[in-house]
Amino acid sequence: MADDLYRDFILDHYKRPRNFGELEQHDLDAHEFNPLCGDELGVQIRVDDGRIAELRFNGHGCAISQASASIASEELVGMPVEEAATLDADWLFELLGIDISATRRKCALLSLKVVRHAITGEGSWPLAATPDGHPDR
Amino acid sequence: MTSLTPTATAGPVPPAAELDLRADFPILARETAGRRLVYLDSSSTSQKPQSVLAALDDFYRQHNANIHRGVYPLALEADALFEGARERIAAFVDAPVRSTVFTSNVTAAINLVAYAWGRTNLRQGDAVLISEMEHHSNIVPWQLATQATGAQLRYLDVSEAGTLSLDQLDEELARGDVRLVALTHVSNVLGTINPIAAIVQRAHAAGALVLVDGAQAVPQMPVDVGAIGADFYAWTGHKALGPTGIGVLHGDAALLEAMPPFLAGGDMIESVTRQRSTWKELPWKFEAGTSMIAEAVGLGAAVDYLGALGMERVREHERSLVAYALEQLGGIEGVGLFGPPRAEDRGGVVSFVVDGVHPHDVAELLGRENVCIRASHHCAQPLMAKLGVAATARASFGPYNVRDDVDALVGAIVKAQKVFA
Repeated sequence: MADDLYRDFILDHYKRPRNFGELEQHDLDAHEFNPLCGDELGVQIRVDDGRIAELRFNGHGCAISQASASIASEELVGMPVEEAATLDADWLFELLGIDISATRRKCALLSLKVVRHAITGEGSWPLAATPDGHPDR
Repeated sequence: MTSLTPTATAGPVPPAAELDLRADFPILARETAGRRLVYLDSSSTSQKPQSVLAALDDFYRQHNANIHRGVYPLALEADALFEGARERIAAFVDAPVRSTVFTSNVTAAINLVAYAWGRTNLRQGDAVLISEMEHHSNIVPWQLATQATGAQLRYLDVSEAGTLSLDQLDEELARGDVRLVALTHVSNVLGTINPIAAIVQRAHAAGALVLVDGAQAVPQMPVDVGAIGADFYAWTGHKALGPTGIGVLHGDAALLEAMPPFLAGGDMIESVTRQRSTWKELPWKFEAGTSMIAEAVGLGAAVDYLGALGMERVREHERSLVAYALEQLGGIEGVGLFGPPRAEDRGGVVSFVVDGVHPHDVAELLGRENVCIRASHHCAQPLMAKLGVAATARASFGPYNVRDDVDALVGAIVKAQKVFA
């Protein structure tokens, strides 16, 4: 079935999430909730030479939040930690390549929020540069 | 033998014609992308009949003025409409008018009690008893009130069958420290109808007061506030076919008299001097600031509509819809249901999960069929924790739903399962 949101590649990442689990050793970690639905997502990050050497998500959530974490994780591994902390909502939406309604944006952004929290110690919602929708609502 | 009445030999009696009120609710005629609106989120908020919309429109077009102040004819009309609505709203649930207070919603009503009664009366060594099936609006105010006073907050368990235990209630009451039992009449997630009159009796026998959250009960079943006998009974207009922004708190008059005001300011005072003020009599003592005038008039029209239908009939209709929904959803492989198994024991709400599909995704995919359900923790996170889920999908009914809506729900769930297969 063709679907703009539930594409095969989103469903594939939902059913077989990459970089999920626990790290034996990690330097950074954080845990976040989506107040809308009670979904939760944790992250553990091992840093090597200023870059994300390894990263694992854990938690549970909808297809959008889980697939978003999985897809983002593939880009995050190897990225300088400082750069990862500055990623905004548009980076993630472009990566996902799907239209997400305003109310589901937090589902997608939970992964970036928790990564940001792990790196900076503060879990603010990543904002979209384009003023379309209200990801911070 | 000839008879016009059906006999046992004439085969099964056909079911009474299904209640179909859709023509009274303009929004239900709306289509999105060619699909009719299948609205199954009435536990969240109900749709409004034409008569309520007309009452709101008529108020603003013909009678709008502030209340309790003006002496000109228009203001007197507004006064009469507002207080007349209060009388009909109180009568709808058999409650005294004088102790029927308008608030902005149930949350505001419970906060009123938590502040004005709770903070004045609770002490260290006291306990407030709530249950695991409460909405956050009947949890968080008591967390704050007990934290502020040093009292304890304790919970009644929810059983596997989604019910409370009167034995556990008795055990808690026997501890002798429970000052207030605050419970929901009907669960917004499980649908459980609690034996509220029996609970009130036991609590009173133990010297505890009772607050009932009737948000889900009043819209869908006959409620007799006087017969229930709770000290506080709260409900809200927008779930009962009325507008948003108006809630109702029925209180024991003596308790309300003894309580200090909650919100202070305009309209709730008798006189104000530089340092001191005195309060209006009940119920106005608890209605500070300009009231929700049009909303009260709208809610008055809503209870007129429900009263004309008859709440027994509304209850029977929703019971029958739930029975059908439980049967149909129960027949889908991979769908799990929550709450009491018998429709007789529950209100018009069915919470469910679909294996392998997160509730959010269920709701999104159903939304594409214009089937509107809720997927969340339903403001009941302690209950979700007990059920071992982060969220559920929830279909809930209003008097305007029909069996076709359940069929549309079932079809959309099966379709959603295919996306995730």
